[in-house]
Amino acid sequence: MSPVVAARDLVQVYEVGRGLFREPGRLRAVSGISFAIEPGRTLAVVGESGCGKSTLARMVTLIEPPKSGALTLDGMDAVRPAPSERTRLRRAVQLVFQNPYGSLNPRKTVGAILEAPLAINTDLPAAERTERARAMMARVGLRPEYADRYPHMFSGGQRQRIAIARALMLSPKLVVADEPVSALDVSIQAQVLNLLADLQRDLGLAYLFISHDLGVVRHIAHDVLVMYLGLAVEHGPKERIFARPLHPYTQALLASTPGLGPGRPRIRLRGELPSPLNPPAGCVFSTRCPHATDFCRTDRPPLRPLASRLVACHYAERFLDDAGDLDTDSALRPAGGAAIASPSSVGV
Amino acid sequence: MAVIGLAAVADAVAPYGPNLTNSAAFLRPPAWQEGGSTAFLLGTDAIGRDMLSRLIHGARLSLSIGIAVVALSASVGVALGLVSGFVGGVTDVLVMRAMDILLTLPSLLLAIVVVAILGPGLMNAMLAVAAVLLPHYVRLTRAAVMSERGRDYVTASRIAGAGPLRLMVSEILPNCAAPLIVQASLGISTAILDAAALGFLGLGAQPPSPEWGTMLADAREFVLRAWWVVTFPGLMILAVVLAFNLVGDGLRDALDPKLKR
Repeated sequence: MSPVVAARDLVQVYEVGRGLFREPGRLRAVSGISFAIEPGRTLAVVGESGCGKSTLARMVTLIEPPKSGALTLDGMDAVRPAPSERTRLRRAVQLVFQNPYGSLNPRKTVGAILEAPLAINTDLPAAERTERARAMMARVGLRPEYADRYPHMFSGGQRQRIAIARALMLSPKLVVADEPVSALDVSIQAQVLNLLADLQRDLGLAYLFISHDLGVVRHIAHDVLVMYLGLAVEHGPKERIFARPLHPYTQALLASTPGLGPGRPRIRLRGELPSPLNPPAGCVFSTRCPHATDFCRTDRPPLRPLASRLVACHYAERFLDDAGDLDTDSALRPAGGAAIASPSSVGV
Repeated sequence: MAVIGLAAVADAVAPYGPNLTNSAAFLRPPAWQEGGSTAFLLGTDAIGRDMLSRLIHGARLSLSIGIAVVALSASVGVALGLVSGFVGGVTDVLVMRAMDILLTLPSLLLAIVVVAILGPGLMNAMLAVAAVLLPHYVRLTRAAVMSERGRDYVTASRIAGAGPLRLMVSEILPNCAAPLIVQASLGISTAILDAAALGFLGLGAQPPSPEWGTMLADAREFVLRAWWVVTFPGLMILAVVLAFNLVGDGLRDALDPKLKR
């Protein structure tokens, strides 16, 4: 199947004023991200605050055009869209926000919020719009009688259901979810995640799921893309990456998630994320990497295929050899072949 | 409220026509004072017009001045502030600097300048007062719009394909409305006061129309001889301004989201 969304080398640069007489700084929020998502699949983008996750989401949802790179949505060029395709493009991707308290207009009823996308993009009669809004409310597990209520009358989980319903009103192919459950109670998170999974199964949606919560990612994702300072450091099928992370940053991330079971060694990262105004010359992670050498500090490693995933580390083989699972890996390759076809086919 | 009701039925309630002179009754004192008569409850002015009738008709004039001025300056001001806050950039700078210039001049002085340019008269006085009040609405709207513009629900609507007009009017404006409604209700009292001041200076409503400020001005030479011609219009202005201020405060309480549920 052809991917719903394909991104190649997306770059976003912001100019930051640093005073009247100094030239503006160039903040590379995203410096070359490639991925593809097929219908019915979920790509999780993982990384700490400030690594460019949300900027990526803004580019994919067409809020801001990328500085360079190519973005294809449902077979249409999204960077320089043909005028005739603009409306169709608009409807192909929708966004679910992190905070369900800020993403719903407090002055509108739920019904009005759900009908607005239809009113803007279609010429359905009002009765038909109401009908569809109510059907969608039932679809996401809300009682259609609530359509006349205002957002402040709902709980956080219900509001997030409303936000999801709104995103689905235009029957998008791709839903970008920017940390959709991190503002919710843990007990509600699972319900919303299950709703997302049900909708994906029934409607064949593709998700670009942005999160810093690896527990959530493990639950919902098919593929994982780990970002650090605007770059992908590891990208591949969830099972492979969670079982054996090959990039030291991924290892540190996974080691930092609390979990039950036998104690695992913790990897402590020192220091902070370097400023994206002044990224390190070599590997972006070299300033905090416990394995970094002088070579890492001068030479940026490319994202290269290794053990059925893409990884950007000069010494990734080392972590593979330690465990000696090269053999098991090659044995698994045919099974995971379809899954990894997408990241590698968009060109590295 | 009573004043509004009175203004609505002025013709029916007022015992005499507002401009009807009675040459037999100059400067008649109010009914309860020695020399007054129940025919002229609040006395008469220098050319024998019944004060009560003039005050009642004046309420009609003053209220319509207040409401018309606020409607004019609020609609223009909100539109300017909405565009300025939403579009930003050069538009914002141009609009805001223009408003800053309006704000630097003392309000009454500015109103006098405007009237001096346009010529005295009720319409022009209203325009002048509207211009004086304009910057308040623009600033208030702009500030509210700027804080709402970056909210997620605005982005959500943008992703759904909403154009700038829909974003401004349908999404952002309703969320900025509460402070604007309060400002508008308080603005009515300011407008009445300013219009009365202009009337007093002879630049607003022209005699013989029964505008309270103009009545004050006409009567000031009789302050010592006939206190009632000056006192009653002044009291009316006081009462109405106070009433609108209280309405404004009440609305502020009613619309404050923190007090709602």
